[in-house]
Amino acid sequence: MANNELYLGIDVGSVSSNFILMDAKKNIIEKVYLKTMGKPIEVIQKGLEIIQTVVNGKKIFGVGTTGSGRLLASTIVGADIVKNEITAHAVASMLINPSVQTVIEIGGQDSKIIIIRNGIVVDFAMNTVCAAGTGSFLDRQATRLNIPIQDFGKLALKSNTKVRIAGRCAVFAESDMVHKQQMGYKFEDIIWGLCRALVRNYINNVAKGKEIKEPILFQGGVAANEGIKAAFEDHLNCKIIVPKYYDVMGAYGAALLAREKMKKLSLSTNFYGFDNICNGKYSTTSFECNGCSNMCEIVEIEYDGKILSRWGDKCGKWSMVDSFQKENVGR
Amino acid sequence: MKVTFPHLGNLYIVLAAFFENLGIDVVIPPPVTKKTIELGSMYSPEFACFPLKINVGNFIEALEKGADTIVMAGGVGPCRFGYYSQVQKEILEDLGYKFDMIIFEPPRGNMKTIIYEINKLFKGKNIKKIVKSAKIAWLKACAIEKIESQALYYRAREKNKGTTTRIYKSALNLISESSNEETINANVEKINKYFKSIELDMNYSPLKIGLVGEIYTLLEPSSNMNIENILGDLGVEVIKSIKLTEWANTNIILDMLRIRRPDNCTFAAKPYLNYFVGGHGVESVGETVIYAQKGLDGVIHLAPFTCMPEIIAQSILYKVSKDKQIPVMTVMLDEHSAETGFRTRVEAFVDLLNQKKEAIS
Repeated sequence: MANNELYLGIDVGSVSSNFILMDAKKNIIEKVYLKTMGKPIEVIQKGLEIIQTVVNGKKIFGVGTTGSGRLLASTIVGADIVKNEITAHAVASMLINPSVQTVIEIGGQDSKIIIIRNGIVVDFAMNTVCAAGTGSFLDRQATRLNIPIQDFGKLALKSNTKVRIAGRCAVFAESDMVHKQQMGYKFEDIIWGLCRALVRNYINNVAKGKEIKEPILFQGGVAANEGIKAAFEDHLNCKIIVPKYYDVMGAYGAALLAREKMKKLSLSTNFYGFDNICNGKYSTTSFECNGCSNMCEIVEIEYDGKILSRWGDKCGKWSMVDSFQKENVGR
Repeated sequence: MKVTFPHLGNLYIVLAAFFENLGIDVVIPPPVTKKTIELGSMYSPEFACFPLKINVGNFIEALEKGADTIVMAGGVGPCRFGYYSQVQKEILEDLGYKFDMIIFEPPRGNMKTIIYEINKLFKGKNIKKIVKSAKIAWLKACAIEKIESQALYYRAREKNKGTTTRIYKSALNLISESSNEETINANVEKINKYFKSIELDMNYSPLKIGLVGEIYTLLEPSSNMNIENILGDLGVEVIKSIKLTEWANTNIILDMLRIRRPDNCTFAAKPYLNYFVGGHGVESVGETVIYAQKGLDGVIHLAPFTCMPEIIAQSILYKVSKDKQIPVMTVMLDEHSAETGFRTRVEAFVDLLNQKKEAIS
């Protein structure tokens, strides 16, 4: 029976949504990486459709969701645990490398640092007011220079001159890049300069004051960029490990957490089932509540004509948050 | 005369009781909502801190409801708060409102101005009546503080989520409606019974997180995304030491009598921060040290974005955290409404503390 157990992890982020199917021995059977494109529900349906093809008659025993869309994802699929992405990433990285001491995670719109000592998260930080150095900015620069984002990092590695680009602010970085290109610097040198600027920005703004010790795992979408990885190694003067499943570590963590919870409390899953989710008709509507001058925007999610959930209100008048969500988000 | 004042947590109940007992009409500003914040941000300087913007929103809404006199506190020292009342007065006058503004500055030797300001309010009032009103207001303040700390205790341990918050709200209403000493005392008894009736999970020992930081963001839930409720619902007991009555004691009464002496907090902060840096910078550091000594699991440090005293405290808290082995997380608050990011950090911090606690036991 243990061989039939499967666990599902879903990470709905600002830029990408990731899905993972894991067996009872914590091996990843399938990973799916899709762009969210502002349509989280459709992406969840699409992701599960792909996952369904490899399930092969086995059963889902637990589902975990994470990422900024974790509550929405949980509502759509019926999750057993809803976890913030910091904890999810930490859990997954400790499984991949039990001696890990630092996790660098750079995603579409946020970047984090997680400090782990003796298998426990002891500190973390997330970017606050600035998104310089995250995936979205790199994407934008790649588009502006007309280079496929996949080649961006490789190009940086060809450079052998250090061009200094301002890293404090994305807007300044961009104007600095334009300036340097008009001066006639080589393409790859400017890109390498940008990679180094973004790493400086990360070290000074996100990781400020934290002790970065080896082993260091680098994960999140931006870890695919060899230029950034090299710039980290150059700056920190140590080795950076990019795990095999760097782009779906959040989802992996969510699946692991779901497995742990189900085992510990021997519960049965809330999962609504692939067919129900993939073939269901979801619709969302939003309206402004006129109850007070908060004018909360209420979002209503319907499944086959029935209201599944509502949220967005400050007073709790509209949100029919079922007991499940409160339990699972809480302790 | 129709008096109004800014919102600061439950302070409105206390101030309303004081003025109403004196026979002065009061216009309580409508509860802080999105509209309040929008109004405040629209007319305040972009770089001003969040509390100033909420104040301006409160004043506009209260003036629209017919208030003609604003009572506001002043201040001295490096924190911008000392300048609030002056800036707010100009903003509102530019908008064309006609009103009188009574500003209570800490006296610092010059009793003349404060007597002049007090006179504007209390002209022709019987001194006995003033004392009596002050007493009722004080009793209400003490009752409210008790309710607040009871709510923090029960919310973390309640079996049915949401019970405490419901009782908390009705308790505040009871105190607000009490008109004399007897009813206040009777209602305090009643409220104690309400709280005791909450079903608790006795086997559960909650994490304890201390809240430190700038006073407004600590006391006004609309400025801190209601962090006490978020933490409470996660099963965390919140410990908070800035209390209104204490603050009034040290900052108004003792100050006026010029017998303010260094408290435990200043003493605890001393090895790290030995200067007055304005606002509650020293308190944030000192309280964190004290919380670490008391064995709390962690500290969350709240501050309005760009708050200078708290930025100083933040950079010192790194060291305190390391020395005293207590995790500290700073959260800067502003008018943004992205609650998701805020929740993510708070939840992750709670996870971190839970893991640490499990590892130790």
